[in-house]
Amino acid sequence: MKHVQRTNTAPVKGGLAIEAQGLVKTYGDNRAVNGVNLNVGTGMIYGVLGPNGAGKTTVIRMLATLLRPDAGSARIFGHDVVKEPQIVRQLIGVTGQYASVDESLSATENLVIFSRLLGLGRAESRLKAAELLEEFGLTEAAKRPLKNFSGGMRRRLDLAASLIAQPPLIFLDEPTTGLDPRTRNQMWDTIRRLVKTGSTVLLTTQYLEEADQLADRIAVIDHGRVVAEGTVDDLKASVGTSSLHLRVQNRQDMENARQTVEQVLNVKSNISAEAGRITAPMGDVDRVTDLLIALREAGIPLSEMSVQKPTLDEVFLTLTGHGVKDNDSMASDKLNNVEGVIL
Amino acid sequence: MSTLIKPGADRQLKNHTSFGQSVRNSLTMAYRGLLKIKRTPEQLFDVTLQPIIFTLMFTYIFGGAISGDVVSYLPVIIPGILVQTVITTSIVTGVQLREDMEKGVFDRFKSLPISRIAPLAGALLADTIRYTIATVLTFVMGYIMGLRPEGGLGNVVIAGLLVIVCSWAISWIFAFFGVIARTASSVQGISMIVLFPLTFLSNAFVPVDTMPGWLQWFVKINPISHLVTAVRNLVNNGTMGVDLVYSLIGAAVIVAIFAPITVRAYMRRT
Repeated sequence: MKHVQRTNTAPVKGGLAIEAQGLVKTYGDNRAVNGVNLNVGTGMIYGVLGPNGAGKTTVIRMLATLLRPDAGSARIFGHDVVKEPQIVRQLIGVTGQYASVDESLSATENLVIFSRLLGLGRAESRLKAAELLEEFGLTEAAKRPLKNFSGGMRRRLDLAASLIAQPPLIFLDEPTTGLDPRTRNQMWDTIRRLVKTGSTVLLTTQYLEEADQLADRIAVIDHGRVVAEGTVDDLKASVGTSSLHLRVQNRQDMENARQTVEQVLNVKSNISAEAGRITAPMGDVDRVTDLLIALREAGIPLSEMSVQKPTLDEVFLTLTGHGVKDNDSMASDKLNNVEGVIL
Repeated sequence: MSTLIKPGADRQLKNHTSFGQSVRNSLTMAYRGLLKIKRTPEQLFDVTLQPIIFTLMFTYIFGGAISGDVVSYLPVIIPGILVQTVITTSIVTGVQLREDMEKGVFDRFKSLPISRIAPLAGALLADTIRYTIATVLTFVMGYIMGLRPEGGLGNVVIAGLLVIVCSWAISWIFAFFGVIARTASSVQGISMIVLFPLTFLSNAFVPVDTMPGWLQWFVKINPISHLVTAVRNLVNNGTMGVDLVYSLIGAAVIVAIFAPITVRAYMRRT
């Protein structure tokens, strides 16, 4: 947290879309959400970043009137989620982590039923369904039952269903988890287009890269609390745009190497002793040359050097002092290590 | 997405749902229920087979013992079996509602600005198609076996409608179990325990005066008995008596109690 400049209010144009104060939700002894504050300006993509079980979904469910907060309050475009839920529901579209569409019906039938529920006439609903299916590239599959849909198709249909009423605020709960890279990119394009039409989007993700690609501002959430909030640049500055990984040839050089790294780059580093590896955030790329020279002068031979984008694990390590649980970090490693360059 | 979206702050909105909208939403949800039945017609097996099997079985087992012969037992048993079959069918409503609610689509219904009662009322409304099938089949079986209703076709239709309306009301009870129960099979279990004594401790199958006094007392206040009597009067004599009024009042009371608590429980569920 110390690296991130915390700003209390987001830059606002046209008022706040979401204003949440001290949201709490407890399940038994487990405080799933423990005092979350969020301010989301109109017309932006706001990313909520955190590992599984951090409380992201619970926050969205409370903001979307699906779950009553135990404490705290939240307003959507100025309307209280507890006192004026039916108004809030007219302002939002929700796309859940698990596709909230009807498995036993076809894509068209799904969209027609949602359109009818939202007050469109019979003919209007058909038209709207056809229009959305066209836009999301589902026209060919329109009549097939959803059982035969791929994960990506389901997500797209789910998002299409959220857009029927053209809500000014859209919640996307992990919109790309489980999608292949190509489908993920399509989903990102769709989300970007949404914002161009004036929608505000709040999305949750486990992937730093996704937040990086899409979000204007990010809240990092862990154990039900917001541990950092700011623009993408703020967040990146706290961990470095990428991190430097070094492996020394002789274990006994570890401590020396580490000191050199910290002196030259002027940052704190992490070591994993068993692997003989030093990891350090790389704020200023030019300094790496200085570091390599310094290491050679100190007579510390390297066996490997690579530059990697920061993983969610590292962001977390920096922000909270503890890493994310193993399975999550593996998922984020897969996503972020693609740019690793081995020399 | 080509058109610009109207900003949230500029919209004029109200925080309640009108009665008209509730009815429209419920009808749309009922349409959804019908589409689902159309997609999986095999779920209608029970309402097709049960009336046929039960009517045959009960009539031939009890007919001679209770009324001397099968044909003179038919006016007694057909209304009884009709009420029993159709009400038993309404348990399935609760079970299916439970299964349906596990699915993500109910999250979307909750997040839509629609009437809160619609997802439940619609599902129950769609199920009246099941009751209709069971009703028609029971009367057809009765006719094949020799029942000639004195009340005429018109009164048989009214009797059928009465049973369907009452079963729809009773299905709210099972819908409530459906919402609060943890699994679909437990809904089935609780519902059977409630329904089994209710349908058998009534005048549906045997004359009440053959029962011990304390049991007669219960059988006479049992709402199922009133419904059965109302149906018998309509089918056999073409008359509408006080039992018909009791049945409709009973149905209204059940809906008045169970619809609100079911919707409340449904809203509490996360």
